[in-house]
Amino acid sequence: MSAKSKLGTITRRTFLIGSVAIAGGAAFGYWKYKQPWDNPLERDLADGEAALTPFVLIDQQGVSIIAPRTEMGQGTHTTLAALVAEELEVDLNQVKVLHGPASGAYFNTAMLEEGVPFPATDNSGMANNVREFMDVPAKLLGLQATGGSSSIPDAYVKMRTAGAAARHALLHAAAGRLGIAVEELSAKDGQIVGPNGDKLSYADLAVDASKIELPEQPSLKYPANWQQLGKSLPRIDIVGKSTGTAKFGIDVDLPNMLFATIKQNPHLGSAMQSFDASKAESMPGVKKIFAVDNGVAVVATNTWYAFKAADAISFDWAEASYSASSEELFKEVAASFADEYQDSQFVDEGDVESALEASVETISAEYRAPLLAHAALEPISATALLKDGKLDVWAGNQMPTISLRDAAKVSGLEEDQVSIHSMLLGGSFGRRLEGDFITQIVKIAMAMEGTPVKMTWTREEDMTHDFYRPLAMARFTASADKDQPLAVDMQLACPSPTAGQLGRAGIPVAGPDLAIVNGAWDQPYAIPHRRVTGYRTQTTVPVSFWRSVGASQNGFFHDSMIDEIAHARGLDPMQMRIDNMAHEPSRKVLEAVAEMSDWGSALPEGHGRGVAYTLSFGVPVAEVIEVAQQDNGIKILKAYIAADVGVALDPKNIEAQLFGGLNYGLAAAMSGEITFKDGKVEQTNFHNYKSIRMNQAPEVEMKILQNGDKIRGIGEPATPPAAPALANAIFAATGQRIRELPLEKHVKFA
Amino acid sequence: MKLTINGKTHEVDVSPEMPLLWVLRDELKIHGPKFGCGIAMCGACTVHLNGTPIRSCSFPVSAVQGEITTIEGLGRPDAMHAVQQAWVEHQVAQCGYCQSGQIMSAAALIANQPDPTDADIDTAMSGNLCRCGTYPRIRAAVKTAAANLRGNLEGLTEEAAEGEA
Repeated sequence: MSAKSKLGTITRRTFLIGSVAIAGGAAFGYWKYKQPWDNPLERDLADGEAALTPFVLIDQQGVSIIAPRTEMGQGTHTTLAALVAEELEVDLNQVKVLHGPASGAYFNTAMLEEGVPFPATDNSGMANNVREFMDVPAKLLGLQATGGSSSIPDAYVKMRTAGAAARHALLHAAAGRLGIAVEELSAKDGQIVGPNGDKLSYADLAVDASKIELPEQPSLKYPANWQQLGKSLPRIDIVGKSTGTAKFGIDVDLPNMLFATIKQNPHLGSAMQSFDASKAESMPGVKKIFAVDNGVAVVATNTWYAFKAADAISFDWAEASYSASSEELFKEVAASFADEYQDSQFVDEGDVESALEASVETISAEYRAPLLAHAALEPISATALLKDGKLDVWAGNQMPTISLRDAAKVSGLEEDQVSIHSMLLGGSFGRRLEGDFITQIVKIAMAMEGTPVKMTWTREEDMTHDFYRPLAMARFTASADKDQPLAVDMQLACPSPTAGQLGRAGIPVAGPDLAIVNGAWDQPYAIPHRRVTGYRTQTTVPVSFWRSVGASQNGFFHDSMIDEIAHARGLDPMQMRIDNMAHEPSRKVLEAVAEMSDWGSALPEGHGRGVAYTLSFGVPVAEVIEVAQQDNGIKILKAYIAADVGVALDPKNIEAQLFGGLNYGLAAAMSGEITFKDGKVEQTNFHNYKSIRMNQAPEVEMKILQNGDKIRGIGEPATPPAAPALANAIFAATGQRIRELPLEKHVKFA
Repeated sequence: MKLTINGKTHEVDVSPEMPLLWVLRDELKIHGPKFGCGIAMCGACTVHLNGTPIRSCSFPVSAVQGEITTIEGLGRPDAMHAVQQAWVEHQVAQCGYCQSGQIMSAAALIANQPDPTDADIDTAMSGNLCRCGTYPRIRAAVKTAAANLRGNLEGLTEEAAEGEA
């Protein structure tokens, strides 16, 4: 493929994203020197121009920054672009921000670091060596993925370096052009400024700059000199999302496009044996009906016609390969508390047996958490066009390089004949890490070669064909000394979401699954005798990563246990947590919520406060919730959150993730539950998979702390403490200890 | 059949029972109203029919009598409605998928209740689901938009207001 025709590719891509055409440009980079991946932007430039980095593209119109992580609401495009813009000395509102192409050059190291078997608070040489080593498999895998609250930690140095390297090249290009020393020049507001006030725009210098050799480690600005980072910036997508003009995957529109939907076997993963579409074929608007994977696709002139026709098809579905009911599925989890199913025991400190035997009083309890759907508000959708030996796929997706690989494999094309256009996601929470819909849309495009087709799932299809948060159980025996938890023996069992998700993505994983025990084994309390054992339930329904992953259930189990210990000993649950916290930044988030909530002050009759603390993705988060017992049920009055992200790049966005993560956790804690009957999911839509609404969402006060040792991501960590804080508040208000989610099974909410 | 949307007349040829949402999105390429549930449970498809918020996913196109306004007709990026301005000021949107519907519900609320109480906001806005949980900022933005609109109205009778003070 010639460089010229590749320029055509990015021109079409940027046009579809709503950007201008590229008219000659340069791409600046640094990582080229340190990794085996080609700069994907390089392929798209005109003849005679060099591309140097995957993150900065300068054309005649100005600067475009590639933010290669999926924007699904967490604000990552704004903050990632700000990292580059800060060093490049250009105002964020003067740049274009693009998802960019699918490329291994956008590999994510920080996401793999989360997978090492050391607690986030472990800063030993060995732990850090192993984390650093993750750079190697990350590059080799070339996994461009968004998840694990990793985008900011991964990009913090990488993208500032890309901006600084580009600035270096522009300064040197200007020095050459003006014939003066580079020291006499400065970069400001998208221009290089000379000693006499001469100004050269970046656009003018781009081609010259592309010939400058880049420094391997350009010097980065001191945080004290930051103009944009550390401040609350307007989101780059805020006007689009407030005016209906932002383009989500579901909004893709192409000339002569047709509309499709799909209906799959409700017994998840089982085959479709046969179908009868004789009635559907003659319905209005229907163009084509055909088998795709374990279901049938209907292509029509309107999405609604496709929905109606799909409902008129009769099917012969193969039986489910897993146990048919929730009751049986939970029995399998319970049965996995056995030596033969032990998956991990990352912590066994002190002498748990002797300490428990010597205790005057021990408490034992069993907890459980249900399957959960991601239920992003934008249902699964994707668009594709196969034409002239080229395949274009437009979709919100969290793993573009896996999408690219799968699209090529299914279509039989080479990867360079396939383009993945990553679109804005109307939420995801982990759902679009999966590739099921990519495979489907490619097969539909192949059946409809030459015609673009947009597939939209019904909400019912989305709810009943998710890859769910695992159902899970916990058992513990614990004892307390006078004022501290003394011994804990905790056992956790669930199916492995990591084996499920990465297995489906074709990434082999060996060894124990941290997701089974995260949020429990890694909590930095000073408990002298402590053991946490993970057990893997071998078979179950399809499970995957759900916002905050293992901590989403283990945070509830572990922190509820801490609360039970405090109450069993008659200790103040806040003070006991603070007194026994072995991690300084964690103690400070607890102290912060204690102060904000005026913990300990008198409350009216029937009111109660609950505190919860979890550390997930390296971020300590403490939450206090105040509830009132009213005639019409439990009312959540107010919430307080303190979190430590190490370095806060955009406080207003971090706050959005704090109360957003809380509300996502509260929705699940109150009423979130997926159940199975006859091998099928029983919940079908938002009337029976309920979510928190305006009338239930509490007022929230927040505090961001920066005492942590390194920068952390905040997309997930506020979710885990929501359930235990609410359950602990209900206990404080009513005396009822609820050990099962959703809480609505035991109390009514106002 | 003929439809008046955002002040423009459109002729469409579809099944009479087709929900308005799918006429807007797939026939007329008006993508601001979103598909979320199809059963009027999430509010992402909210548009105005003669100023009243309706869930267009469950409203047959043949039942439309009067003028439809979608988010595109409420205001544009270069000429935003007060509610949209407040949404930007408070940085409400996260994924943003529900926000077209939230804004249309809020605009209708404020048109009827220039000074909505928290209870009014709960009643008017609880039909609009937000999975990102942006509720605290939605509440604040509704109040800001209402205050700004009242301010504009009061500005017309500023002297009278000062006289009372």
